[in-house]
Amino acid sequence: MAPIFAYIEHRGGVPDDTAAELAAAARTIDATSAPTAILTGAGADLGAVAESLRASYDEVWTIGGDALAHPNAELVRAALVGALPRGSVVLVAHNHFGMDMAPGLAVRMQAAMVSDILGIEAVDGTSMRAVRQEFGGQVSAHVRCDLSAGAVVTVRPGAFKPAGGAPVNGRVVDKSSAIGAIAARRRYIETVVAEAGDVDITKHSVLVSVGRGIQDQENVALAEALAEALGAAVSCSRPVVDAKWLEKSRQVGTSGQTVKPKVYLACGISGAFQHLAGLKGSPFIVAVNKNPKAPIFQYADVGIVDDVLEFIPALTEKVRARS
Amino acid sequence: MEILVCVRRVPDTSENEIQLNSEQNDIERDDLVYSVNEWDNYAVEEALQIVGRLGGHVTVVTVGGEDDEEILRRQMAMGANHGVLLSDAAFEGSDGLGIARILAAFVKKGSYDLVLTGVQAEDGGAAVGGMLAAMLDYPFASLVNAVEVLDGARALRVSREIEGGNREISEIDLPCVLSIQTGINEPRYVGMRGIRQVASIPIPTHGAADLGLAAGAVGAAGAKVTREDYFVPPAGKGAEMLQGKRDEVVDKLVELLAAKGGLK
Amino acid sequence: MDGFLPPAQATFWLIQGRTLFWILHLLGLACFLYIAARRFVPLMRAERDVRFDRPLQRLGKVAQFWFGQWKHPRYPLAGAIHILVFAGFLLLATRAFTVLIHGVNEDFVVPGLTGWAGRAYALVTHYAATVVFLCMVVAAVRRLVFKPARYALPEGASPRRALDAIFLLGLIAALMLADAVYEASEAAAHAQLGHHGAPLGALSMPWMLEKAFASASVPALHRTYLGAYLAHEILFFFLLCYRPFGIQFHVETSLFSVYFAKLDRGTVKPVKWGVSEEQLAQAKSIGVKTFEDFTWKHILDFYSCADCGRCSDNCPANAVGRPLSPRFITTKGRDYSFEHYPVAGTARNGTPLIGSIYSEDEIWSCTTCGACEEECPLLIEYIDKIVDLRRGMVDEGKVPQSLQKPLKALESRGNPYGKMEKKRADWARAKEFRQTCEVATLDGSQRAATLYFVDSITSFDDRMQSIGRATARILDHVGEPFGILGAAEKDSGHEVRRFGEETLFMALRDHNVEAIKASGATRIVTADPHAFNALRHDYRDVPPIEHISQVIARQVKAGRIAFAPLADSQPTYTFHDPCYLGRHNRVYDDPREVLDAIPGLKRVEMDRCRDRSFCCGGGGLMLFYEPKEDQRMGVLRVKMAAEAGADVIVTACPFCLVNVEDAIKVAGLEGRLGAVDLAELVDRQIARPAPPAAPGEAPAGPGRDVVM
Repeated sequence: MAPIFAYIEHRGGVPDDTAAELAAAARTIDATSAPTAILTGAGADLGAVAESLRASYDEVWTIGGDALAHPNAELVRAALVGALPRGSVVLVAHNHFGMDMAPGLAVRMQAAMVSDILGIEAVDGTSMRAVRQEFGGQVSAHVRCDLSAGAVVTVRPGAFKPAGGAPVNGRVVDKSSAIGAIAARRRYIETVVAEAGDVDITKHSVLVSVGRGIQDQENVALAEALAEALGAAVSCSRPVVDAKWLEKSRQVGTSGQTVKPKVYLACGISGAFQHLAGLKGSPFIVAVNKNPKAPIFQYADVGIVDDVLEFIPALTEKVRARS
Repeated sequence: MEILVCVRRVPDTSENEIQLNSEQNDIERDDLVYSVNEWDNYAVEEALQIVGRLGGHVTVVTVGGEDDEEILRRQMAMGANHGVLLSDAAFEGSDGLGIARILAAFVKKGSYDLVLTGVQAEDGGAAVGGMLAAMLDYPFASLVNAVEVLDGARALRVSREIEGGNREISEIDLPCVLSIQTGINEPRYVGMRGIRQVASIPIPTHGAADLGLAAGAVGAAGAKVTREDYFVPPAGKGAEMLQGKRDEVVDKLVELLAAKGGLK
Repeated sequence: MDGFLPPAQATFWLIQGRTLFWILHLLGLACFLYIAARRFVPLMRAERDVRFDRPLQRLGKVAQFWFGQWKHPRYPLAGAIHILVFAGFLLLATRAFTVLIHGVNEDFVVPGLTGWAGRAYALVTHYAATVVFLCMVVAAVRRLVFKPARYALPEGASPRRALDAIFLLGLIAALMLADAVYEASEAAAHAQLGHHGAPLGALSMPWMLEKAFASASVPALHRTYLGAYLAHEILFFFLLCYRPFGIQFHVETSLFSVYFAKLDRGTVKPVKWGVSEEQLAQAKSIGVKTFEDFTWKHILDFYSCADCGRCSDNCPANAVGRPLSPRFITTKGRDYSFEHYPVAGTARNGTPLIGSIYSEDEIWSCTTCGACEEECPLLIEYIDKIVDLRRGMVDEGKVPQSLQKPLKALESRGNPYGKMEKKRADWARAKEFRQTCEVATLDGSQRAATLYFVDSITSFDDRMQSIGRATARILDHVGEPFGILGAAEKDSGHEVRRFGEETLFMALRDHNVEAIKASGATRIVTADPHAFNALRHDYRDVPPIEHISQVIARQVKAGRIAFAPLADSQPTYTFHDPCYLGRHNRVYDDPREVLDAIPGLKRVEMDRCRDRSFCCGGGGLMLFYEPKEDQRMGVLRVKMAAEAGADVIVTACPFCLVNVEDAIKVAGLEGRLGAVDLAELVDRQIARPAPPAAPGEAPAGPGRDVVM
């Protein structure tokens, strides 16, 4: 079995949640061999992350350099090509960075490329059977990937649960010298932070969505409190936008945004076709509505007949207490 | 500017119910309506706007068969100057890597300043653009939601969509490959009349030989990733109604949320 | 007569009257003809329009709307003023002509107006001039003091327009006054000289002036007489030449506007007259993009607008703060025409209209409800212009994003929701429903004389499917063999056409016509007024079509439908006239007769009912459009119902029902107002030994409407 690497993203000296998930995925591919973490960056942050990874990875390779302070996918890719042995299997999180960096890496390493896997069913020899989704999550598919020449595999964040187990005492290896000069044909300029209120609900995996049942603009604050406790965003149905309680960018529906969250809390939303059509994939839908006959209950996974104005604060309290 | 946009014909998710067929090994393909991949449509609109400002031509290309001509025509009705079909029996069964190779061979035959793809298509792979760039040795940027051509048209300033609604701004040299995110612009409407007007324009077709592709590099023969089947993970029907006092219900819900990844 | 020379013989600053007035008349006329010819130029460059057919019908319209001032009384005070002024102008026309001729031929008398006829006519003119004069004063006071809202100027407009209106009122008043002074001074002089002519009309303006002039000297009177005549001449010709520069041009053009008015209700003009549908694909450009793309009749409409504002006053889009005001569509068109085709100077090239004088949102805001056309006293057409402008935008790809998805879905799936064709008849296959009523699909294996055309919203919308089921049960109850097209039915395309996608409309229409023919049905029934209007007016070669309310009314009268009394006779009901059932198709009474036949049903009328009904917000594609508005039309409408004292709003259109039910919630009137469709109500109340309505149907009555 080829060596398995996991590319670790980090910010502010702390590894991303996906670090542990990738380790778990790596172990699913090959339970016997230990994966190697590989990360790029600069300065003290890089060191701090590498240190914290020693508990879950036997080897942690770091590639440091000022040019790599910001994760510019083009530069990272070039660095990895220099450092990774041919035929490796490289795991990357399937997110905005992974989507940017991984495909080109596969080509440069002459390896296979399989993206956004949710599960690994079996690996026999050099053939890996994995699970993916297609059509916006409406169907799942089994795919077979030939690992014989190596592979770059992007993994859906949250799909693999971090494996428990005894912490290891890995060693950090500096591979900075492995990379040569990197031509910067794509140069990072800056990051523009979204304005408060510029929340892109399509990018959130958990949404607290409010409808007419919220009854008043003031009550939107209840949903916001719950969203904050859940690390979610507040979205809504059209009537809320029409009533100008939330801005248009929060609307889910045929005339609003299409969202594909993992979890969707529909509070005081009746479940009109136009609204639900904006909800794609197979989110876990929780519906809270005081009308037991509301159509949403036919589409939800879990239903609660209750007054949202009472239920939401109760839920918020419990969530806060738990974390 | 000469811009090439790679487009793909996909089953339209908003106008189809994607379901498994009776053998439970594929999706039900009777009764599917197809259209151009939504991301690709945004890419074509972006290309049209760029040449609208700076002059040049937009070419749309797809890998497929006769059925795929209809989306090339639709994009030409939208304003693209040329449509090209890359078609060969040897291409069938290609995985993403194979598609990228075919497209790369075509790009190398021409001289395009900019190559655009959509971020992803219906299979959610989101890899062809990045692979194509690496094969061409062009710089690449994905999830692009704004493009500005810098003076001299030798580089672009692009914005990438990253987490939390933030945007990563970079400069990227031309020629390059970009994968375009939905919402970058408001695509113009393509009316039925426009489509009728381009219905009989001939679409040049290139095969493996024209592109200089070896049989083993593409198609099923060259595929490293193959899809075995489609399936639907078992799911329940209708909402499970949580009963009981509010406190109990809240507790139950919190457990469920934790299991489904809804908690922080 | 001694010393008191008529104008033709008198001397004006060394020039003999006859000569002076010949010159003035010829100059004035030439000036007017030149201006009129210049105003004609854009009409020559405009698109064709077919308006010379059916002359008798057109003359009938002239009699009713131009001569008969039929629409004017809809606004009582302004209407009265205008009718009086119009009558006055007609009555005074001959007098004005005579007075003018007197400048060159003092003996001229209109043949036939001699003796007692002449005297009688003269009396009529005294009072006519007085009435016109008084009307000018009242009109001026209205504008200056009371300032009716519908005369408000658009933002950024110069106050010149408002001053212009007052100026014109003043000019007309002055004209009347000049004529009266002319008449009175002559009569006063004659009285002093001992020649008594026919007395002036008692208490008329000339009469009062004559009394005022009684003590003046004859020479002074003579000077006044000549001065008044000159003033009359100048005012007359000034007005004649000034009118084509503003709203008063309608004095000349109104007759033509009304004669050439559109005769065919409910339908939309072809894309280009004289261009067959097959040729449309080859046309380089369709729709109205530049000014010259309008037809000559539409440009004539711009000239004829009197800026009265009645259209905008009734426009629901205007009422909710959308950027549309029909009146400004016309006045901006007129301003554009005057600017680019000036009387003095060369015609200037124009820019595309959308983006310069009209905005995209402005044109997309229209629900085609027809309230503006219903009000306009000059029969100015709006819907065709808006549809033409939309056609132009569609041709250029400028369609709002929110409309692109439903249009694409209509193209691929034949319905705006993107649902699969084979599920179109699922509403009829609901298990409990099938036990009460079996709906045949007319696919060749089954045939029936009546086709129930369901259309998309009733087929696919969970709430509106109950209208389909109710309608089917009603047809079943009266023993009418019927069927549906099922999966072979596509959207009627009614809004597709009115949103400017003519090619897609034709595809839908052709498909449906084929399917209807194949079904073998000889008549069609529908519960959807938009489908009703489309099949009645937009489609050709289909069997006659009725709306379900018409069928029910007829069956009630024939005794084949009897109603059980309402379980709860406490609530008050009101009927909301759907635009495409009422205003566009004049079906007002049938739904009301049906409601009145239900025992225990109390009914009130809203102020805005029948042809003044207020649009619920629009149907078809309009449900998908995202307007910028201050509030929803539906909300205004349900408030009107509440004001009228109603507890339940009855409609006969699925789109109205969607909008009204939605609006009840948005307006916070849940529990106080309810809504129900006429077919649903009828189905519930039909006295039959049948099981109760299937679950999921909407019960009527306040507070029990289905949550949406």
